[in-house]
Amino acid sequence: MTRRTKIAAALVFLGILHGLAIFAGFLAPYPYAEQHRQFPYAPPTRIHLSRLQFLVHGRLFGARQPGVVFLLGSDAYGRDVFSRLLYGGRVSLLTGLLAAFLSLSLGLALGTAAGFYGGWLDRLLMRGGELVMALPWLYLLLAVRAFLPLHITTVQAFFLLIAIIGGVGWVRPARLIRGVVLSARERGFVLAARGFGASDAYLIRRHILPLTLGVVLTQATVLIPQYILAEVALSFLGLGVGEPVPSWGNMLAEAQQYHALVAHGWMLAPGLAIIPVLLGYLLLADTLMAPAGRAR
Amino acid sequence: MRYIGRRLLHGVLLLVGVSVLSFVFAELAPGDYFSELRADPRVSAEAVAALRAQYGLDRPLPVRYAAWVASVIRGDFGYSLAYNSPVGPLLWGRVRATLLLTGTATFLAWLIALPLGIWNATARGTWGDSVSKVVLSFLLAVPDLLWAIVFLMLAVETGYFPAGGMVSPGPERVEDVAWHLVLPVAVLVLGMLPALVRHVRASMAEAIDSPFALSARAQGIPRRRLLFRHLLPAAANPLISLFGFSLGTLLSASLLVEVVMGWPGLGPLFLEAIMARDFALVLAVVMLSASLLVVGNLLADILLYRMDPRIRMK
Repeated sequence: MTRRTKIAAALVFLGILHGLAIFAGFLAPYPYAEQHRQFPYAPPTRIHLSRLQFLVHGRLFGARQPGVVFLLGSDAYGRDVFSRLLYGGRVSLLTGLLAAFLSLSLGLALGTAAGFYGGWLDRLLMRGGELVMALPWLYLLLAVRAFLPLHITTVQAFFLLIAIIGGVGWVRPARLIRGVVLSARERGFVLAARGFGASDAYLIRRHILPLTLGVVLTQATVLIPQYILAEVALSFLGLGVGEPVPSWGNMLAEAQQYHALVAHGWMLAPGLAIIPVLLGYLLLADTLMAPAGRAR
Repeated sequence: MRYIGRRLLHGVLLLVGVSVLSFVFAELAPGDYFSELRADPRVSAEAVAALRAQYGLDRPLPVRYAAWVASVIRGDFGYSLAYNSPVGPLLWGRVRATLLLTGTATFLAWLIALPLGIWNATARGTWGDSVSKVVLSFLLAVPDLLWAIVFLMLAVETGYFPAGGMVSPGPERVEDVAWHLVLPVAVLVLGMLPALVRHVRASMAEAIDSPFALSARAQGIPRRRLLFRHLLPAAANPLISLFGFSLGTLLSASLLVEVVMGWPGLGPLFLEAIMARDFALVLAVVMLSASLLVVGNLLADILLYRMDPRIRMK
């Protein structure tokens, strides 16, 4: 496989996975909070096509009343794990994407400023970055979360999570981007443009930022999966998105009670769902970075 | 020596910076240990204020910081409000348990990763390398949270291994602890291994492809001697840095695994402290893990300094 087809394959694969989550409202047979109290921990339903109906109530499929369909079984409250998996993917994947976007924006702004202007600004930002890097990453996330209010609404928790994960992770991209900017600043065409009287803003926009694109893209493929895992970890520990809104993390927390797991293996689904997502990003990251020769 | 001194000073300054920043951040953040009490209608506002005064929470920030520094020097690391005791004694048992777990796991992971990575680098292009690459990529994509839950499930189902915890009831015995150690260590090794092997493989591959390796081979230096006497030292630098980082994360790498598998280490303690808003305890754990990270990096720097004359020249 050439590099191009590998990248395309990884992108298509990731696109499908994210599409599943985005269209959860259409693909999932039930809303995420709908309870069927009479069917707690129901095992995955055997499919009888005759009992299914398609494209009703704005959803792809559902069971004919009074039947139910649980493709991946149900949880303690009789909620459909398959539906919750799709809706939960929305939360987990979106957290990864938005937090990575935040980190990269911060990293781009601060890294460019530090590299382009140098001097005290550079020293301040890089020393500040060292302070952040002096802490183990998960501990830092938890510690920052520790100082913020614990009892908040789900929507607040979601955005708080994005802000924390993205806000804490700006250092590594900023350092890498700073390095690129430092060398870009001395390139011939940049010096020439400066000689012709180009302003700083023009130089950065027209000549410097395009050169950082490669680093930004590879960092994105590294950060997004890392942040998805961060969301899962925090929600798992009860510090992220809370019930009844599903995320892969808080769904796993339910599965953790081992009486639930031993008899009800399908509760593990959200943990397994992470694997293909991470594999896709891994393939993308490896392929993007391969020409540089190093596997990191 | 001056080099090491400078690095040491840098590390200490870093830690001071982290602690100051934590204090400022905690000051800005809403709520403290007593804010839960304030919501309780049976507790009057005066009583809460009195409690805060009793524990010195109403003093200005610099005074509290000075008091904290003094208590660190005494070895107390502040006063835990949730446990109603100095933090120091709470920590040491937990630190011991965590280090036992992560130390064993890190040692094993490196023990497997080094030969495997070296072998992979020499066997590039063969099917053995391809298989191990695919397997490692897959392992890299499995979160250790999932391993922990699955292993716990297997332990419960088969009954071959204890389902969590560090000791069985009764007096502490070495073989009993070792038995409890197996599953959490396995989870951690599975989590650490893929990244380590990839790094070893990458830096060895770079050394193997370098011109000096080609010329050494052309001169007829035996393969084994070439690999271990010439190529391994050439590939060692990034690995030494990585090893320092491994040491630095000894206290923090196992947080999730400890929480899931009920290992009585720092992880569960830290989480409890967060839930209870027990600032002193949170800060102590944060400082401890940051210190270890600094020490790990310092050790790596010293090792690099000893191993690589190019760094000594600078």
